Amino acid sequence: MRTKCNQAKWVLLGVALFLTLSAASWAQMTEYQENQLLGMESHVGNLTGHATAGAALYKRFCIGCHGVIGDGEGENAQWIDPKPRNFTIAQFKCRSTPTGTLPLDQDLFDTIGRGISNSNMPQWRPLTAEDKVNLIAYVKHFSTRWTTEKPGTPIEIPPEPEVTADRIKTGQALYKRLECWKCHGVEGRANGPSADTLQDDQNRPIKPFNFHDNTKFKCGSTDRDLYRIFMTGLDGTPMPSFADNIKPDEAWDLVFYLRSLQPMHSKEKAIAKQLGLKPIDPNAPAPNAPASQPENK
Amino acid sequence: MLAYARRFLPGFVLLGFLSVGCLKSAVAIPAFARKYGLPCSACHETWPKLNVFGQTFKDNGYQLMNDRDSPIWQNPSYWPITLRITPNWHRESTNRVPIDEAGGAEQRITAHGFDLSGLDILTGGTLYNNISFLLVPSSDNTGAFHFESAWARFDNLLKSPWLNVKMGKFELDNVISEKRIETISNNGGFYQLYHFVPVGDNNAFGAIGDNQLGVEVGGHSLNDRTRYSVSVLSSNDGNVGLPSNSYSTFVTASQAFDTGKLGVDRVGAYVFAGKAPTFNLNSGGVPVSGGARGNKSFHREGVFGLFYVKKLDFSLFYQHGWDNEFFGTSTPADGTPLPPGAQAPTWNGGFIETHYTVNPQMIFIQRSEWVRMSRQPLASNPSDLGDIDAYTFGYRWYPFMFSRAGFAFHNEYSIVRQKRAALSGLNLTNSSLMFGFDFDF
Repeated sequence: MRTKCNQAKWVLLGVALFLTLSAASWAQMTEYQENQLLGMESHVGNLTGHATAGAALYKRFCIGCHGVIGDGEGENAQWIDPKPRNFTIAQFKCRSTPTGTLPLDQDLFDTIGRGISNSNMPQWRPLTAEDKVNLIAYVKHFSTRWTTEKPGTPIEIPPEPEVTADRIKTGQALYKRLECWKCHGVEGRANGPSADTLQDDQNRPIKPFNFHDNTKFKCGSTDRDLYRIFMTGLDGTPMPSFADNIKPDEAWDLVFYLRSLQPMHSKEKAIAKQLGLKPIDPNAPAPNAPASQPENK
Repeated sequence: MLAYARRFLPGFVLLGFLSVGCLKSAVAIPAFARKYGLPCSACHETWPKLNVFGQTFKDNGYQLMNDRDSPIWQNPSYWPITLRITPNWHRESTNRVPIDEAGGAEQRITAHGFDLSGLDILTGGTLYNNISFLLVPSSDNTGAFHFESAWARFDNLLKSPWLNVKMGKFELDNVISEKRIETISNNGGFYQLYHFVPVGDNNAFGAIGDNQLGVEVGGHSLNDRTRYSVSVLSSNDGNVGLPSNSYSTFVTASQAFDTGKLGVDRVGAYVFAGKAPTFNLNSGGVPVSGGARGNKSFHREGVFGLFYVKKLDFSLFYQHGWDNEFFGTSTPADGTPLPPGAQAPTWNGGFIETHYTVNPQMIFIQRSEWVRMSRQPLASNPSDLGDIDAYTFGYRWYPFMFSRAGFAFHNEYSIVRQKRAALSGLNLTNSSLMFGFDFDF
C-alpha cells in the first residue's frame, strides 16, 4: 500500500514537473515572440513608428487600462466600463476597413487622437504625431495577427448627397427593415427589446448607442463617420456591418434619418419635424412588398 | 533706510524662505488619476510637473473631453480629494545674521533636523460638464490654514476651447508653474524671479508666483499648442477682505511647436502690470479695512520657453521688472517726500531649469537663476545691491507609478547668494539641504 502511494506521489510529481516545464517553455516562446514583434513598425503618412520607441510611451500613458501585455486588463480595467481594448486579439471598433479585417495604421492614429467618446479613452491629441505612430507600432506588437495578415482595403465612401424628405423617410424604412430598432429602440433611445441582452464578443454586457444623448459617436462625429460605422461595423460588438445588406445610397438615407433623431439642431431634424415623422411601428406592415430580412444585424 | 533694510533683510529672507517653503502648494492630484484610471505619468513628466497631455487636461478644465467628465459618471463614493505632505530632514544655513546677543554682530546660523512641510488638501475636478473647480485649503507646518486656491471655471463657452472664464483665487497662468515645481526645499522651492523685489522695496503685489484673487479669461487651440489668458486681479496679493481698491492685469500667450522626435517645444511671453497701494489709513492705530491708499504702478514682463530634446528638457525664463520709486524706497504716497536720489528700480533676471527624465519614476533637476539690478531705488546704492545668484540641484525617485497615490524620495541642495544684502554690506548666502518623503494620495 505504502509502495503504491509512493509510486502515485512520483507520478504526480512527474506530471507537475512536466506541466511546469511546459509552461516555462511556453512562456519562453511568448517572450521570444514578443522580442520578434518588437521589430513592429507602423506607417502613417511620411512617418514610421517603431515599437521599441513606443514601449516607454505605452508605459507612461496606456498601461493603466490596457495592461502590461496589452490584454485590456490593466490595474484600472476592473473599474472601467466599457472595458479597455484587448490588443492581443487585434480587433478594433473604429476602422475604415471591412469587418473582420485589420485596420489601417491611419485608423489607429485617428482613434488615438480622437479618443473614444463615452469611454475612458481620452483624446490624445496633444501627443506629437511621432509619439502616436510609435504607440501604434507598440500596440501592434501585442498580436501576431499583424505579422500574418494585411489590413483590409478601406471601404469607399461616396460623396454625401443632398438631404431630402424622401431620403429621411427611406432611412426610417431602412431603420425598421434592418431591425436597428431591436437594439436602438423605435425612437433611437437605446431601449429596444434586445438592448438589455447585448454582449460584446468577450461576453461582457454592452449598451447600444442612444441617439438622444447629446454625445458623439464612438468613431467620429461627422456624417461620413456614421456612414463608415454602418459599412464596417464595430468589430467585437453586436453592431454588425451592413455592407452586404444595403447600397451606399441607402446608407446615406440611414445617416440622414439617424441625424433627425439626435437632439441638436440640424437640417435633417427640421425636415423630419416638417414631415411630422413619427417613431416607427415595428408591428406595422411594410408599405410596399415584404422586404427581405437581413441575415445579420 | 538702506541700513534699516539691511538690518532686517536676513531675518526677512529667512522668514520668507521658511514661509514660502511651508506654503508651497504643488498640484499633483491622484484624485484625477483615480477618477479617470490613468497613471500619474499620463499627465506628469514626473509629478508634479505637467507634460503636454496634462497641460491640455488642465486647460480643458480638468476634463478629458470624452463625455465622461461630469461627476455623474463617478461612483457616488468618489471624493475628489488629495492630501500632500513631505516629512523631511533638512539643513538650513544663513551666513550673516545680526545677533542681538553678540551686540548686533553677524553670525552664521545653521539649523538642521527632522521636520514637516505644510499640508495641501487639494480638491478639484468638475462640478458638471464644462464647469470645473479647485479648492485648496493649505496649512503651514504648524497647521495654520489659509485658502491657497479657490475658484470655479466655466469651460468651453460657446462650445469653443478659446473661451473659458475662471473666478476666485488662482495661480497666474504661468506655463512654468511654481506650483508644479520639482524642487521643494526652503531655498529651492520657488523661483526667485516670481517673488523678487529690490532691497528696500516694499511692493508685495508684483509677485507672479503668488496666487491672486480675480477673474481670468483664457483659451487654447484643440491640441493646446496655442494658448492665451488675460486676468484682472485685485492688487492685494491674494489676501481676502478687500484690503485695497486697486487692480492689476496679467496677460500671457504662448505657442508650441512639434519638433519631430524631440518633443513639443513652447515659447511665450507675459506681462504683469498694475497699481497697488503704498500705505493704509488707520483708525485708532489700527489699519482700516479698505483703507489702502496711494496707488502706484509696477510691471513685470518677459518671455519663457520650454524646450525638449527627448529625455532632456529646458525651462527658460526671462523677466524685466519695474517698480515705482515710492515702492522702491518704501515711501507712502501720502505727501511724504521721496528721499533724495529716489528713482524707480528696474532689474533683469532669468533662469534655466534643466530636467533629465530617465523615465516617469526618476528625474534629475538643476536650476540656475540670476537677477541683476539695472537701476537701484536710490542712486547712492551700490549698483549690485540685491543681485541674486541661485543654484539648485536635486533628484526625485518614484518607487511606484500608478493611479492611486504618489510617492517620491526627494533629495535636493540649493544655495542662494544675494549681493551686499547683509547688514555689514557683505553678501548674504542661504543654503538648504533636504531629504524628504514627498507623498500624496
